[in-house]
Amino acid sequence: MSRIQRDFEGETVNHSRRSFLVATVATGALFGFSNTASALNAFSSAQPDSVKSPGPNFEPTVWFGIDHNGIVSVNVPKAEMGQHIGTAIARILADELEADWEMVRIVGVDTDPKWGFMVTGGSTSVWATFPVFSRAGAAGRIALIEQGAKLLGVPVAACTARGGAVHSGTRSIDYGQIVSRGNLGRRFSADELKALPIKPASTRTLIGKQTRALDVPHKTTGAAVYGIDVDISGMVYGRPKLPPTRYGSKVVSIDDSAARSVKGYIRSIALDDASDTVPGWVMVLADSYYAALRATNLVKVTWQSGDTSTVSEKQLFDHAAALIADSSQGALLDTGAGDVDGGFKNAKRTLQGVYTTTGVLHFQLEPVNAVALEKDGVFEIHTGNQAQGFILPVLAKALRVPVERIVMRTYLIGGGFGRRLNGDYAVPAALAAQKIGRPVKMVLTREDDTQLDSLRSPTLQQLRLGWDDNGKTLAMEHVAVAGWPSLTMFPGNLKKGTNGAPYDPFSISGADHWYEVGALRVRAINNDLAQKSFRPGWLRAVAPGWTNWALESFMDEVSHVQRIDPVTFRVKHLNATGRNAGAKPNAVGGALRQANVVRRVAARAGWGRTMPPDTGLGLASSFGQERDMPTWCACVAQVKVDRQTGVVTVEKLWMEIDAGSIIDPDGAMAQAQGGTLWGLSMALYEGTEFVNGNVKDKNLDTYTPLRMADVPEMDIAFVESAEVPVGLGEPPTTVVAPAIGNAIFAAVGVRMRHLPIRASAVKLALDQAGTTKAG
Amino acid sequence: MTRLRINGRAVTINADEQTPLLWVIRDEIGLKGTKFGCGIGMCGACTVHVGGRPTRSCVTQLGAVEGADITTIEGLDPQGDHPVQRVWREIQVPQCGYCQSGQIMQAAAMLKDFPEPTDADIDAVMTGNLCRCMTYSRIRQAIKQAASAMAESKA
Repeated sequence: MSRIQRDFEGETVNHSRRSFLVATVATGALFGFSNTASALNAFSSAQPDSVKSPGPNFEPTVWFGIDHNGIVSVNVPKAEMGQHIGTAIARILADELEADWEMVRIVGVDTDPKWGFMVTGGSTSVWATFPVFSRAGAAGRIALIEQGAKLLGVPVAACTARGGAVHSGTRSIDYGQIVSRGNLGRRFSADELKALPIKPASTRTLIGKQTRALDVPHKTTGAAVYGIDVDISGMVYGRPKLPPTRYGSKVVSIDDSAARSVKGYIRSIALDDASDTVPGWVMVLADSYYAALRATNLVKVTWQSGDTSTVSEKQLFDHAAALIADSSQGALLDTGAGDVDGGFKNAKRTLQGVYTTTGVLHFQLEPVNAVALEKDGVFEIHTGNQAQGFILPVLAKALRVPVERIVMRTYLIGGGFGRRLNGDYAVPAALAAQKIGRPVKMVLTREDDTQLDSLRSPTLQQLRLGWDDNGKTLAMEHVAVAGWPSLTMFPGNLKKGTNGAPYDPFSISGADHWYEVGALRVRAINNDLAQKSFRPGWLRAVAPGWTNWALESFMDEVSHVQRIDPVTFRVKHLNATGRNAGAKPNAVGGALRQANVVRRVAARAGWGRTMPPDTGLGLASSFGQERDMPTWCACVAQVKVDRQTGVVTVEKLWMEIDAGSIIDPDGAMAQAQGGTLWGLSMALYEGTEFVNGNVKDKNLDTYTPLRMADVPEMDIAFVESAEVPVGLGEPPTTVVAPAIGNAIFAAVGVRMRHLPIRASAVKLALDQAGTTKAG
Repeated sequence: MTRLRINGRAVTINADEQTPLLWVIRDEIGLKGTKFGCGIGMCGACTVHVGGRPTRSCVTQLGAVEGADITTIEGLDPQGDHPVQRVWREIQVPQCGYCQSGQIMQAAAMLKDFPEPTDADIDAVMTGNLCRCMTYSRIRQAIKQAASAMAESKA
């Protein structure tokens, strides 16, 4: 997800090219960037005070405010879905501001153009907001020191800011007093802002220190408010009746005669969706959700079905195989110049591997839902969403109203993992509200949510590597076929390959790795059958969730064929030459930092030690999400394989992460724990298949994510670093599955090339290898 | 009309007796801390106490709890300071938080049955509660710490 994020974060970061304003208002002081659409008040009803503010046109994008009591309110233009992002952003700001952490509050904001393009994904939030919020904090500190000095009657040079107050010798004045007594009108030009002194890492007081997340307390008392908790006066409840195919189905007739006996049933309506987001949907409305549930089961809808109603898993993979075989298909990535075909021609030996993954469901625990209403000509959509920027234009098209007349209100998200980057669920709620002229609360059942899910696409990948007599790698090729999220949900994000063909960077990143392999060719192919059968989604770690499964399994295979230790093999190829040298600001050190995490995790896991029977260690490594923003990770898995049943027990996982500077150590650890277990869950416990145009597994009776009893011992460590902070939510996810696959090979000598790894597949491979009885 | 007590308060509900208790709690009574996850009793997000026993409210019909004493996350402790809740904050268990009402209710009930839970006890009881953010290792740690805290306060 990070590339979208970065392209559009560009706009957010560009706020720093504007001047920065500080102004006094009736209830406090506001701090923000100039030249934006309208004022956002950090306080409930305060209006900018034109007498005290720098000018009549003061309309900043307010990033934070301080009231007369010294409470610092930080506006967070990011979705809170468990990553405690508000806390991290507030820590960044408060550190530079020298605020008293006890006085800091976070505020979620509604959609508004002044915030820039609103997307939360790709593990980019900290990386993207760091420069903006640290500068905003520094500017605020300087303004407060200047006013504080004046109020204390001392020169600015005699003052320092610390703990939410300005100090001079033994005297001090706190920020609340400065705000209420002083006049904080101040403008920083873009150049002044750029030149502001940002603290060196060694003098940080909050960043990198332990803290408690500001969103946690309400989550222990039932007081936290999620989208599903929204009630609006006069609203009705809706449950959709889903068509047989994701696209192309048309409602022929609706028979609700049986539903009319349900007490509270109102009516059923076919949605007319000009955006084609939810074609063929029928919304069943009632005055309670239970009545809507019961009525939906009784409403009979006849559809003219779309043409994907018979699509099967086998068809999706057969289609992918045909696409790979056709060398004219797909886009070639820019991976530096190099003669790949010549390299393979000169190779003494080549190895090829084919890897597959099935679809994976988000299964975020809060089923998608939205409350929609029209008030004074403006549509309000109340829902938890990660990418308001993607769905606002779609809503405008569906509702046939200008985008300015739609506001999305922010709520806590009961699990994102990428599901709520796709805001498709906002559309049917909005259409229903528009049609009946009343607020509608639409909640999907779990089965509806799963059927609608924009799952991680099934994928097929083919890798090839060639080497010469001396074991020197000459050429490599990586081809990946998948459904592409951007193609349907945000085509503007597609990039152009060196052969002129378009591709979705989110569906291939990870294949453009940091190993020195001579000439590298990476080809990204869209599975057009997948694309029209479902809505391919971004799912935690996105492409590296599959590209790195293939890459790191394959590197392990090559090392074994070459009879080189897999750690030695990796380190040898992570030599940081040429395009893998790395560059400022995000990738300083390049491949050497990946080699470093490989060595460190291997050492901690006791790589090379003698293992008990049928037990093995496997290692995999990754740079996380994107070459431009690498988070260096390496994992060792210790597994034991039961030869009689094929059951794989993961005994322990060691994880090493270099994410640059760590803002919130405990929050970072929580993300790493969750990401690591997601990797394990997708490796062994999840995965679904297509049957008759839809996913087979709709609920927890057959879809079986990791649970408490499945959790192995984990040993997670971060590399201490003062480099640019990068992402954390996803990168550890990408190394677990290949580490487990490689460990299975080390334990019992069979190579698994399909995710998820099922016991039945391991047993079959053991039987075929004829090694069932070996010890 | 169904009469029951919820968090110590007597209420009378006028709804179809087949209505799952979950929707009664959320939409009729208006307590939103109890969550909807799977609707088939397999994720545990809707866990409440009925007569002190952990119960999946999404598969419990209103008619079945006539006269019962029901406790939701909001009523576990008037100040939100049950030892389990305190430890949950100390250890920073929640990520997205959506499952945590159910996790806390399940854990609080478990500690009555198993005041000194072993890892096997925790596996057996808590495996019914799905956490999609995978905060499992912190849940385990928190339950053990809450058990110690409760033992100390009794001693």
